[in-house]
Amino acid sequence: MKIALQINEGPYQHQAADSAIQFTKAALAKGHEIFRVFFYHDGVNNATRLAIPPQDDRNITAEWVALQKEHNLDLVVCIAAAQRRGLIDEDEMNRQGKDANNISEGFRISGLGQLIEAGIEADRLVVFGA
Amino acid sequence: MSLLHTVNKSPFESNTFDACLNLAKSGSTVLLIEDGVYAATTGNSVADKIKNTTDINFCVLGPDAQARGIEGKLAEGIKVVDYEGFVDLVAEHDAVQAWL
Repeated sequence: MKIALQINEGPYQHQAADSAIQFTKAALAKGHEIFRVFFYHDGVNNATRLAIPPQDDRNITAEWVALQKEHNLDLVVCIAAAQRRGLIDEDEMNRQGKDANNISEGFRISGLGQLIEAGIEADRLVVFGA
Repeated sequence: MSLLHTVNKSPFESNTFDACLNLAKSGSTVLLIEDGVYAATTGNSVADKIKNTTDINFCVLGPDAQARGIEGKLAEGIKVVDYEGFVDLVAEHDAVQAWL
């Protein structure tokens, strides 16, 4: 079954990112396809590569990246939500004349159409949120 | 059409559990996750709500109940599932509604 995820909450804010990662692992282990993970609202903060959580704490972005590499996940960050919160990739950095970028490898920036498409193409859309 | 409802807030913090119960149709399933698992505990003001709602299936995410130390205080008859069970519930129902 094709399952898409939407994540509305930042890492370490409460539990949504952790729940979504555990759910993703379980779904993949059961042979389901994760069609897309769409990061929306504060969920875009999952995609920063500059976070440095304490060494004895989980590194949520690194967990997403590891899952992305192993299963070729499509991790999509909402561009409007990301730009509001100062999360930009190299292309946006150049376009907007900024001096830095912070989107991690494994994530791509795109628009809300990607969420709509996930809702249409996937068999289920599961929302983890604030 | 059968719906899986997920509730992730404590009923002592938010009214999403009540809102969900008011709108969930007979035969649907309510899965309590994160702080939502507190709705499944006994000995408090919300305990009767699950007991008195007989046409809806209630499940609680076991790892979240354990993390909060309430696995010994869960209401009778509530089904405990792990993340694999969560995935199965998503697959078994036609759609998922998250009450945030």
